[in-house]
Amino acid sequence: MSKSEMIQTDIGSVLTAEEIAEIDAELAHVPYKSGAAIDALKIVQANRGWVSDQCLQGIARHLDMSAEELEGVATFYNLIYRRPVGEKVILFCDSVSCWINGCDDIKDKISQTLGIDYGETTSDNSYTLLPVPCLGACDRAPVMMVGDDLVTHIDHEMVQQLFAGAEQGSAE
Amino acid sequence: MEKVLTRNIGVDQQPTDLKAYEANGGYQGLRKVMAGMSPQDCQAVISDSNLRGRGGAGFPTGMKWSFVPSDDKCTPGHKYLVCNADEMEPGTFKDRLLMECDPHQLIEGMILSAYTIGADISYIFIRGEYLLAIQRLRDALKECYASGLLGDNILGSGYSLNMYLHPSAGRYICGEETALINALEGKRANPRAKPPFPQVSGLWGRPTIVNNVETLCNIPHIIDRGADWFKTLGLGEDAGTKLFGVSGRVKNPGCWELPMGTPIREIIEQHAGGMRDGYQLKGFLPGGGSTDFLTTEHLDLAMDYNVIGAAGSRMGTGTMIILDDRTCPVGMVLNLIRFFAHESCGFCTPCRDGLPWSRQVLQDIEEGRGQPEDLETLSYQIKYIGAIGNTHCALAPGAMEPLQSALKYFYDDFKQHISSGRCPYH
Repeated sequence: MSKSEMIQTDIGSVLTAEEIAEIDAELAHVPYKSGAAIDALKIVQANRGWVSDQCLQGIARHLDMSAEELEGVATFYNLIYRRPVGEKVILFCDSVSCWINGCDDIKDKISQTLGIDYGETTSDNSYTLLPVPCLGACDRAPVMMVGDDLVTHIDHEMVQQLFAGAEQGSAE
Repeated sequence: MEKVLTRNIGVDQQPTDLKAYEANGGYQGLRKVMAGMSPQDCQAVISDSNLRGRGGAGFPTGMKWSFVPSDDKCTPGHKYLVCNADEMEPGTFKDRLLMECDPHQLIEGMILSAYTIGADISYIFIRGEYLLAIQRLRDALKECYASGLLGDNILGSGYSLNMYLHPSAGRYICGEETALINALEGKRANPRAKPPFPQVSGLWGRPTIVNNVETLCNIPHIIDRGADWFKTLGLGEDAGTKLFGVSGRVKNPGCWELPMGTPIREIIEQHAGGMRDGYQLKGFLPGGGSTDFLTTEHLDLAMDYNVIGAAGSRMGTGTMIILDDRTCPVGMVLNLIRFFAHESCGFCTPCRDGLPWSRQVLQDIEEGRGQPEDLETLSYQIKYIGAIGNTHCALAPGAMEPLQSALKYFYDDFKQHISSGRCPYH
């Protein structure tokens, strides 16, 4: 945990009023508070890009859960990020139809263009690269998501066009 | 052939809003039911129709619904209908189409299904990456609440239903119905031991039906036009139409609504346009990543649940993945086993520890380090990881299906990798 994070120790004030209001709206249709755990994680992540230790503790307290129990939930799901991610997350499909259509080669090209491997973020913080289960667009393979956009029929040229502007190299 | 599920889905793939959906006969089934059909009437029609679940297992929908206890046979409280829109089976891309292009068809199917089983709350559990479908369903739900099609006293019938959209936070295992229920409850998505089955004790311990998107999309049409009409749509034993898809190195990969029982050859050669130039068909997975390979000798079989089952595979999701003669079958199975090993929830030992072991053996073979005894090791793994009952759910047995059939049909390829110490396809 960094110094700047440690200064803010009042867990109750970590979540914004808007986040709490959104979480409470979810609580209206679950019989007990921990039932909204995943929704709450998603609400905070949508607002901040990822879920920090402090946010996790804040959510856990709000839902009457232990931080450990919520951490067990948070780390189960691949779309909950417990580490900071870049402005856009690249969800790269490496499942069977994309594999048949040459996704390994495309993945190498992306890694080479951005200078990052799976789990890494570019030094300008623009992209994080992650693998994802079959994206359900196999007729247009190979495919990936870049932020909110589904990108289909990916080839080398497209990778070049999409990512040429990003700063190369891993942030770590 | 008459289009049923895709009748509102055109080439431009613009979604239908409420007005357009109703103009083309939408919510007719619902109006008919709300005007005077009882839940028992609806149950009888669906049971008679022989509709089988389109999510992969092919379980008869009417029978599944019939296991929900009636109000006098369970403690008072909610009953739930959940739409499984967590499409993530490798090679499957049919539910995305239905939700993006005709969201109201799914919603109407859900209202009718919920009414039949006596549910007062329903959820659409949709994978988080399906952003366009999420947006369109959200818009459609708003239209329904504004028009009295959802909420209290639907169309003045006295029946009330709320419907919530739940975008998931990921993981393939959420497609397993009891794992999905745990995810809806805000927990880790570990599948539950069965019994009890969700029909009796599901979401929050209450009676719950989980149905696939395509299954639910069939309901309005069956209710509106009857079980006999539905049965005439299939060419063989199975009723209705089905979304069939083909991906891999074919000329025209895609997804088409065709009669149940359409021959495999017609789907691959006519609709998918046959193999790309320079490639031959070597084998295929008939219904997603966890079904057994079939080969060229099976091309004239009908895509019917029992026909494909008798040939040693499963119709699964009905979306085929083609293995061509220039793609390594060992590499393809390695890709699949790597996927399943990664997506194991980690609860049961044969799955958590067995699948990474299979992956390692396959990787050794593919990368030229294979030993002759590796093939025996794989057979041993298939026997114990693949056995139904050794694990809570079907993930591990499903993972073994492409492996066991690859060993059966492409044994020489495995042998050649080991004897020559390299992958002959690279």
